[in-house]
Order: sequence, then structure tokens, then C-alpha cells
Amino acid sequence: MTDIILSVENLTMRFGGIVAVNDLSFTAERGKISALIGPNGAGKTTVFNCITGFYKPTSGTIRLRHTEQEWQLERLNDFRIAKVAKVARTFQNIRLFPGMTALENLMVAQHNALMRASGYTFLGLFGVPSYRAAEKAAIDLARDWLDRIGLLARADDAAGNLPYGDQRRLEIARAMCTLPALLCLDEPAAGLNARESGELNELLLRIRADYGTSILLIEHDMSVVMEVSDHITVLDYGVKIAEGTPRQIRDDPKVIAAYLGADEDEAIAVMEGET
Amino acid sequence: MVAAASTSSKPTRGVDAAFIVKKAVISALVALVLFSLMIGVRTEAGSDGQLTYWTRFGDLAAMVATVFVGSIVIELLRHWWGPVETVRVVPPSATKALSFAGRALVPVLLIFTFLVPVIFYNERYILDLGILVLTYVMLGWGLNIVVGLAGLLDLGYVAFYAVGAYSYALLATTFGWSFWMCLPLAGILAAFFGILLGFPVLRLRGDYLAIVTLAFGEIIRLVLLNWQSLTGGPNGVSGIPRPTMFGIPLTPGDDGLAALLGIEFSPTHRIVFLFYLIFGLALITNWATIRLRRLPIGRAWEALREDEVACRALGINTTTTKLTAFAIGAMFGGFAGACFVTRQGFISPESFTFHESALVLAIVVLGGMGSQLGVALAALALIGGFELFRGLEQFRMLVFGMAMVLLMIWRPRGLIGHRAPTVFLERNQAISSDLVKEGAG
Ligand SMILES: Nc1ncnc2c1ncn2[C@@H]1O[C@H](COP(=O)(O)OP(=O)(O)O)[C@@H](O)[C@H]1O
Ligand SMILES: [Mg+2]
Repeated sequence: MTDIILSVENLTMRFGGIVAVNDLSFTAERGKISALIGPNGAGKTTVFNCITGFYKPTSGTIRLRHTEQEWQLERLNDFRIAKVAKVARTFQNIRLFPGMTALENLMVAQHNALMRASGYTFLGLFGVPSYRAAEKAAIDLARDWLDRIGLLARADDAAGNLPYGDQRRLEIARAMCTLPALLCLDEPAAGLNARESGELNELLLRIRADYGTSILLIEHDMSVVMEVSDHITVLDYGVKIAEGTPRQIRDDPKVIAAYLGADEDEAIAVMEGET
Repeated sequence: MVAAASTSSKPTRGVDAAFIVKKAVISALVALVLFSLMIGVRTEAGSDGQLTYWTRFGDLAAMVATVFVGSIVIELLRHWWGPVETVRVVPPSATKALSFAGRALVPVLLIFTFLVPVIFYNERYILDLGILVLTYVMLGWGLNIVVGLAGLLDLGYVAFYAVGAYSYALLATTFGWSFWMCLPLAGILAAFFGILLGFPVLRLRGDYLAIVTLAFGEIIRLVLLNWQSLTGGPNGVSGIPRPTMFGIPLTPGDDGLAALLGIEFSPTHRIVFLFYLIFGLALITNWATIRLRRLPIGRAWEALREDEVACRALGINTTTTKLTAFAIGAMFGGFAGACFVTRQGFISPESFTFHESALVLAIVVLGGMGSQLGVALAALALIGGFELFRGLEQFRMLVFGMAMVLLMIWRPRGLIGHRAPTVFLERNQAISSDLVKEGAG
């Protein structure tokens, strides 16, 4: 039996007349990288926003299971999904804190742990040793992540000053600093060049290997999806049209047609070019 | 100067004469339309009630010409000084000297402030002014938490100043409690009102937040004005006891401080004591703010200003984060209010008009949102400047408006616009102001 961390059941999201997601069901396995792909406007980001509490789904259930507990995410408040249920996310349009340094960005991510350690500010105000130790540990964790993403030398630079690719990786590191059980990445390879997207693949695989974090990935870049995903769900007009292993998806004519419009010949050519 | 500026990589720095003239002409036209009735035609009721009028086209022409020339001058100034680039217009050697001066500035200011009562012992006016400036420094630091750090535009800050002042005044006069008991209570009550304001405005951002906070400030003032039985209405509260030095009154009596020390009594003692009292409170405020900024709560405030959505995605409770910013900012305002009352010995709702909110906000914006030193300098410049130009009477405001406009053109992010990081690994380098967000709420 497979070990499921996230199961989305009959999720529907309507905006007025638009049905962005229609009766979608899929699951993500613990410790695996699951991908959600589909053409632009298919509803992928909407699914993420429902999972992470930014939208309240019109109907459907989103179950998250880990550490022998189960949460129904659609019933939790936005910030509690990250705080209690331990779901972290990145955004399609990077949302760092541009005026804060790379290090500060990673410190803000550890807010809840540090808040507890600072006795909800009262103890921290007077610099009690236990808080200082906790802060040092937080800095060490941040330093470790900066090292992993190759940004240690730029720790004290404003996040808004970093090159685009670095910002993408910093956002992933920031999400990881919340120590999530499920990491949701919205098009992490968008705007990256070939070398950078290769580095991203490595980063994702290392996160899976070192932390066992389950990853849910939205991606447009086929090279990333095909290389790192264990399981792929394909979405088109808010409806699931296929799912399976990368190999199965690659050869599925329905996917090729949906993904690249009606022109199947061109589609196949592009798919082969990618591999 | 100009050479250094032109070497930096910036598109055009040439003067676009056509654009400037066009802008000046438009400004002059607007002025013509606006002033033609206000200045050009003058009406008055004649001796037997009929309306007489006469024209003053000469004055009107002068006004329009001033606007035209002024517009050109401002555009040119903007070109030469403007924030067209944030990098230096000053050569590197001068920058170094400046940064040294900058580092020396804080200790020099502290020592100077400490010595003010010694140097100006015989000049009551300067001491009073010093107390006033320190009160505004405190108010500025309080509002700085809300506006500068958390990025929540609060136009009703005077409400907390008023709550602190009235709490102190009423507690001290009704129960006869001492200054040291009333002061923390005034702060706590103000913080409570901060939370009270915080709740309804949690979901509001930007302009909407500004308008609701502005209304809140007015509501508090109107309540103070109309709740006659409690606040004395427009007559205010008088006979507020003066602070004692830990129980020792500063009076000419036998048990007064002067008698105890065996020196001759002078009313200046009380002023000097008040000066140090407010100075001490301001320093505590500053210490607390600097510490809070480096604690998780302070970082969350700044993160909230930078990007609220990202904060929520990181599991930060934005509700409590906003409420604590309102509460702590309000608490400092409450302390300042209590100080104000002890200095005056009398308060009425007149002291808490929107004008005060605007002044404190001007201090924060002028100082550079988020910068403690900037706020202190701005309070000194604004309050001190107000007094300096007292001789100009009604033109004072005009001079001030102009000075503010010029300063905002020159340094749109305030006197100290850059941001100091709260934690660093190797280099503690300032962050350029154009990366730092102002906050949407
Ligand atoms: N907040 C919203 N209000 C209205 N329509 C929305 C909203 N968010 C998404 N949509 C619509 O839902 C559909 C799916 O969008 P999205 O989830 O962003 O697609 P994808 O991420 O797959 O490109 C689009 O038609 C989009 O216009
Ligand atoms: Mg999307």
C-alpha cells in the first residue's frame, strides 16, 4: 500500500462563471516528488492556492496526513496551514522580502519557532540565554541553507538585489526553513536558463534525499518535470486528463494534444526534443 | 560633484528644456484659473450693503509669474539634485568623511542632549523647547513602529497621545496616584486603545486604512470634547499634580528636594527634572524599539511591510503581528501623552487635533521610515524649526511646506532612507532605500 501525504478529493473552485478547477482528485506520496502539469490557465496555481489556504474551495476536501495526524486543509485558516499543518509554498511570481537580506528572509521563515523561544517577545527583550541559543541555532540553519543554494557569500545582500535565479532558490530555501512536511513549488524553473534549471533539479532531489520532504511541483519546464518527478498529474481546463509516471505521461497522446494544442505532430516533435 | 554623478550609469541627465517649459506653462495656467477669482477679483460689502468689487490683475500676474518661474526652478533643482539615482552625487572621499560623521552623530547628539540643561540652565525657553522636541521624538518613535516598521499608515496617532494624556490626568486628579503609578497605566490604556483600533482595520490597506485611522483620531477627540462629566469637555482637566522625584516633591516647601539638598529653591529644578525624565523615557523607548526590531516580532513587522502574502505563507499570524504593532506604537504614544500632561499641568481636547497626527507623521516620513536616528533628527528640525521661524507668523507654514517639498524631492525616502539589517553573518551593510517597501497597508 502506498503512503499518501496529501489527497485532494473532488476539488472544485469557481470564480463567478469560470470553473478554474473542476472535480479534481489526485494524491501525493510521502517522500516523493509529485508534479502537476498543464497548459497555461489550466488551474494549477488555483489548486495550490486552495491547498495553501489562499482560496476557499467551492467544494471538495483536501486531506493532509503526517506525524500520525490528519488535517482537512480547506477548514484551516491560511497561516495555520503553514504553521500547524506544515505546508510551505513558493509563488509563481517570486515573493521574497526584497528590502531584507537573504539571511533575514530565512530568519523570518523561522518566526514561529523563534517566537516560542523568545517567550512571545517578553524573554527575548531581555536577552535570556535560552533565546540567544535559539537565535544562534536559527542562524545556523539559515547559514546551512544559504550554503546549500550557493548563496553563503551573499547572505548579507538585500534579497531584491540578487539575480533572478538566486531569488528562486532563496525562496525555496525560505520555504524549507519552516521545516515543512509538504513543500509546494509553483513553477520554480520559470525564467531559469538551462544551467540554472539543472541546479534546481539537483536541489529538489537533494531536498528529497536529505530531508525526506514530500514535494508537490507545478511545472511548465518539461525537462524538470520529466527528470525529477515520481508521479505526474496532468490538468487541462481544470480537469484531470491523465496521470502516471513520467514515461506514461510522455507517451500519452491526450497529454501531448492538450499540452501543445491540436497540432499533434508538432507536439511529438517538441516532446522528443526535450528528452 | 556633477562629474561624479555623470560617470554613473544613468540614461539621460541632460536638461529637457521643452518638457520643463511645458510643465511650467501648465502650472501657470492652473494657477491663473485658480487665482483669477481668489486674487484677481476682490469683493467687499460696501457701506450701505451693496457689493463692491475691484480687480487686482497686477497681483494676479505676479502670482502666475511666480508659479511659472517657481515651477522651472523646482524642475531644474530636481534635475541637479534629484533622486534620479540613489548613488552618490558626492565624491568617495567626502562619502567617507560623511559616514564617519554619521557614526559620530549618535554619541554627539546623546551627549549634547544630556548637557542641554547644564548649558542652557538659565534659559527657560530652550529647556521648554527641549522638552517639547523630546516629546515629539517619543511620539515619532512610537508611530515609527506602526508606519515605518509594520508599514501600516496611521493618520490617527494623536488618539493614543490623547488617551495617554487623559488617562494620566484623570487617574492623577481623581485618585491622587503618583506619576510613577499613572505613567505605566497611561501606556497600558493607550495600548488597549491601539488594539481596539487595530481590530476593525485589520483587513484594510492603504488609503482605506488611512481614512479609518483618521476617523478614529477624530472620534477620540470628539468623545473627549463631549463627555463632559468625565473629561470636563472643552474646559479640559486642570490642577494635574506635578511629578515627584520618587516621592520627593520639587516644591519650595520644607520637604521639597531643594530643602533636602540644602540648596536654594528654583522653579528651574522642576523643568530640568522633567527634561531628564522625558529624555530617560525616550531612551527607554529607543532601546525597546531597537531590541524589538531584532526579535522575531520586529522582523515579522518588517516582513509584513515587505509582503503580507508571503508572511501568511510562512505561517506568520498577520493579525497578531499587526495588533502588536498598533499596541506597542500606541503605548509609546501614551507615554508621550503622560509626559506632555506633567509638563503642562493642564489639558484640553484642543491639544489633540488632526494637526498633531499630521505633524508626527511628517516627522516619521521626513526622518526616513523605520530609522530611529532619522526620526529624532526630523523631530528636532521640524519642532525646532517651527520655533525658529515663529517671527514669520502666518508665513511659517508656507516656509515649512516649501522646505518639506524640496526635501522630499531631494530625498524622497527621508533624511535617513536606507535600512540597517537586523542580523548579519559577515558584513553589516545598509540596504538601499529603493529596495525597501513602504507597505501597502
Ligand atoms: N482570483 C481569481 N479570480 C478570477 N479568476 C481566477 C482567479 N484566479 C485564477 N482565475 C482563473 O482561473 C483559471 C486558472 O488559472 P491558474 O490557476 O492561474 O492557471 P495556471 O496556474 O494553470 O496557469 C484562469 O482562467 C484564471 O483566469
Ligand atoms: Mg500558474
